[in-house]
Amino acid sequence: MSLLVITIISLCAIGVVAAIILYVASKKFHVIEDPRIDKVEEALPAANCGGCGFPGCRAFAEATVKADDLGDLYCPVGGSDTMAKVASILGQEVEDKKRQIAVLRCNGACEHRPKTNIYDGATSCSVASLTYGGDTGCEYGCLGMGECVDACNFNAMYMDESTGLPVVIEDNCVACNACVEACPKDLLELRNVGPKSRRIFVSCRNEAKGAIAKKSCEVACIGCSKCFKECKFDAITIANNLAYIDDDKCVLCRKCVPVCPTNAIHELNFPPRREPRKDKAPAKPKIENIEKPIVLKKPKEEVKDNQSTNDIKKEE
Amino acid sequence: MLKTFSLGGIHPPENKLSARKGLKDLPLPKMVTIPVSQHIGAPAKILVKRGEEVKVGQLIAESAGFISANIYASVSGKVKKIDQVVDASGYRKESIVISVEGDEWLDTIDRSDILNKTIELSPQEIIDKVAEAGIVGLGGATFPAHVKLMVPPGKKAEVLIVNGVECEPYLTSDHQLMLERGEQVIVGVQIVLKALGIDKAIIGIENNKEDAIKHLRMITKNHPNIKICPLKVQYPQGGEKQLIKATIDKEVPSGALPIEVGAVVQNVATIFAIYEAVQKNKPLISRIVTVTGKSFSNPSNWRCRIGIPISHLIEQAGGLPEDTEKVISGGPMMGKALTNLDAPITKGTSGVLLIRSLEARRKEMQNCIRCCKCVRVCPMGLEPYLLMQLTERNYHDRLEKEDVMDCIECGSCSYTCPSYRPLLDYIRIGKKDVGQIMRSRKK
Repeated sequence: MSLLVITIISLCAIGVVAAIILYVASKKFHVIEDPRIDKVEEALPAANCGGCGFPGCRAFAEATVKADDLGDLYCPVGGSDTMAKVASILGQEVEDKKRQIAVLRCNGACEHRPKTNIYDGATSCSVASLTYGGDTGCEYGCLGMGECVDACNFNAMYMDESTGLPVVIEDNCVACNACVEACPKDLLELRNVGPKSRRIFVSCRNEAKGAIAKKSCEVACIGCSKCFKECKFDAITIANNLAYIDDDKCVLCRKCVPVCPTNAIHELNFPPRREPRKDKAPAKPKIENIEKPIVLKKPKEEVKDNQSTNDIKKEE
Repeated sequence: MLKTFSLGGIHPPENKLSARKGLKDLPLPKMVTIPVSQHIGAPAKILVKRGEEVKVGQLIAESAGFISANIYASVSGKVKKIDQVVDASGYRKESIVISVEGDEWLDTIDRSDILNKTIELSPQEIIDKVAEAGIVGLGGATFPAHVKLMVPPGKKAEVLIVNGVECEPYLTSDHQLMLERGEQVIVGVQIVLKALGIDKAIIGIENNKEDAIKHLRMITKNHPNIKICPLKVQYPQGGEKQLIKATIDKEVPSGALPIEVGAVVQNVATIFAIYEAVQKNKPLISRIVTVTGKSFSNPSNWRCRIGIPISHLIEQAGGLPEDTEKVISGGPMMGKALTNLDAPITKGTSGVLLIRSLEARRKEMQNCIRCCKCVRVCPMGLEPYLLMQLTERNYHDRLEKEDVMDCIECGSCSYTCPSYRPLLDYIRIGKKDVGQIMRSRKK
């Protein structure tokens, strides 16, 4: 009996001593953590994708709490809504950032880009790009082994077997940048989603001279600067035999698309063109005919009228 | 018991089909393409313009930095264009295209075959001459040769090791050079010894070239300071660190250069080029190339001018066999498969290997069975299977800890893997990434 009592009493004593030690330790070594970090973390999407540039959502939350200004911090997965929530927790303000989406800047499908050699090494884009230029004449184009698809954590990409190119599923893409970093050829780019998800971009990265680019791929940008001349908003720049459309300046007027001789400029999610523009073959000479007087004489607005009336006349 | 290196190594079938086939001069084609980046380091700066007439031995692109090399016209004629041309790497590189007209040499070059034994230049003059002649390591690494001859302050060179190993299967260009130009090579060794200010040289030759060993021994009878060292046949004995271990039994520490153990290593072909530059005033405009293959009609060794298209060499030597599926620039272990047969012969092209369709394809990759054969054959004592896994998972810190930068890319691991895993391909990516991280850290 006494043994039992002694056991109970001594265990209780040990318990009390341990509790006191733990209590003192927890008071003395207490880490003061901003309670807002937990709140911000709750507001974040918990994708832990690293798209913000921080290792995980917790680290991003800590960074937002520490930061004086949320301008440089952005969660691409949550987008502006999440950032607004975060800002309200922290009592700060954020500007609405345009939502972005990954875009593949290569259109070298099998039909456009004949194979010139056979590759039978490891199925990894980075291995292949370190070994040689690619199994077609174009050394800038997609290698088609899907390293970007493997990198995507959001199920937003798949390989199209008929073209051999990856495809971005618009609804799933959160612009986390994982595919952009995975591509050894730098073919993926994050671009503004645009109103009604409409986008125009040059689907090529070939920096070779026009003739070489055209020989290796039918739909390559040959750097002819026709689109550059057509664009009235300074959105297009030509560098290294390659056109690039700045998505912040582009107003989606679509005028550069039909002038491209190799169809390297792509438009996404636009309604079909109106009648006079629909078939390209007759449209081309008209543009050439009126091009010279436009550039020399008329201001912008009149040009538009002039063009359309001309078009109608010739249609008739 | 013959000497060799202690760690790892393999012995693939030697297949030296073109051994003892005499050197022939390759007839000139109509056009040569000379890339400005044929060496490790900065690409050379182009000095000529389109339409300009050039003569053989004329400087056409000048060294653009400490680690860089001059480039000379290997033919006479007119500069047709300066353009981006696909070279052996499979990428387009800036190149000078010259259309060949006649064969006019600069008068300053001594074209006679007379052996000139007296070394008149001072050590510094020799190094300047080597730098001026655009000589790079002709074993394949193409590291500018003069940089190796300049011993950094605080270090002391003790021995010159001449690399006549030629451990790559199929290749025989160095072998043939030693047989036919042995005297010149020995004079070249003396030139380099004088430049380094030392008195001891060892020429390492693998035992499968007995005639070359005998020949050089006979020539060096009166030179007790030059030792010929026969070595057991073992790949990759031609690697700098492996050769140092095999000949003088010293180990170069991880990340250090051979000069750390007092050794300077030069390839025999480089030594011969140094002889020609110093004694004959001839810049590096040609090299010896082996063209070989199992179904090739005439495996042989050719003296080729730099810039000649590989397709021209194959044509002149016997024509492309029908069953060829892969053409490799270099040897079968470290060479690169070509995507374009018109790629030019550069300073680093030691051979052209035509592989039959029977042997060309890689076998399908299987899972790693943890047999550790790759660990056993790695001459640097690394664990290739682990490095591949770490690369696949992007574990860069761990890769650095596992000394991925020590890999010499000999390919022994991929060769020996029973699961046909492309170990070296992945390790190269790991090396590239870790190298970038280390460099950015230094800045």
